[in-house]
Amino acid sequence: MIYLTRKAEFSASHYYHNPNFTPEENHRIFGKCNNPNGHGHNYTLEVTVKGEVDSRSGFVVDLKQLKETMHFEVLDALDHRFLNKEVPEFRTLIPTTENLAISIWQRLKPKLKTAQLHRVRVYETADLFVDFYGEDSQDSE
Amino acid sequence: MKAHLTRRYHFSASHRLHSAEMPADENVAVYGKCNNPYGHGHNYALEVTVSGPVVKSTGMVCNLADLDDFVQREILQRMDIQNLNMLPDFAATVPTSENLCVVIYEILQRGFHHAHPEKVRLEETMMNSFEYAGGKEVRR
Repeated sequence: MIYLTRKAEFSASHYYHNPNFTPEENHRIFGKCNNPNGHGHNYTLEVTVKGEVDSRSGFVVDLKQLKETMHFEVLDALDHRFLNKEVPEFRTLIPTTENLAISIWQRLKPKLKTAQLHRVRVYETADLFVDFYGEDSQDSE
Repeated sequence: MKAHLTRRYHFSASHRLHSAEMPADENVAVYGKCNNPYGHGHNYALEVTVSGPVVKSTGMVCNLADLDDFVQREILQRMDIQNLNMLPDFAATVPTSENLCVVIYEILQRGFHHAHPEKVRLEETMMNSFEYAGGKEVRR
């Protein structure tokens, strides 16, 4: 089995807020991230696919297809957006790094025809990242 | 849905690699410059990975403030700008990065309950790093 990882970058703004919490709870739980005007990050996305090497092409996956899928399905939707207001799933879901990783997985999974998606890693900063291995990864809860 | 969250921290500490179970010449042969009796130091980078279901109401595996507070209090305050050989954790073991990884993992296992401690990754320098996930295989 070979694992192949493709990187991409996007920049977006967000804020954390749960309408079911009181203003005090929102502030206590989310701190500075609760500012309704939002704040931004330069995100780094790493998409890892896995598979056996095709004997004719020598590829695990057509890198061009992976790159284009990431571009159309993820970057076009998220780059230079206010996630809470402009990305449909985050009208109801809090755009934390965790939910962003899950959302990116769900955007990519149905579109990747040949490659088997292994991991989506989203760096919010160089010191914080989230890995998602799929809804039915063997130790999903 | 389960996700893994990794946070990166930094600390600086000194150590000396010396095993009381080996004679002096063997210590020198095994540890080389790291056996220098006065010790030497590193800028360590520590990556802590925790996992758990993403909580619906917060969108989080655990609150980052809880993880930061714990690591600050239980690990960084004890180890940053310290001589690792002086810590009780290394009274009986050599403070190699392998053992340091295990010590940090066990501190998390014992005391951090807001999410499941999954893995510790420690960079001793930019050229070498160590990973420990308890008895489990390190996940890629």
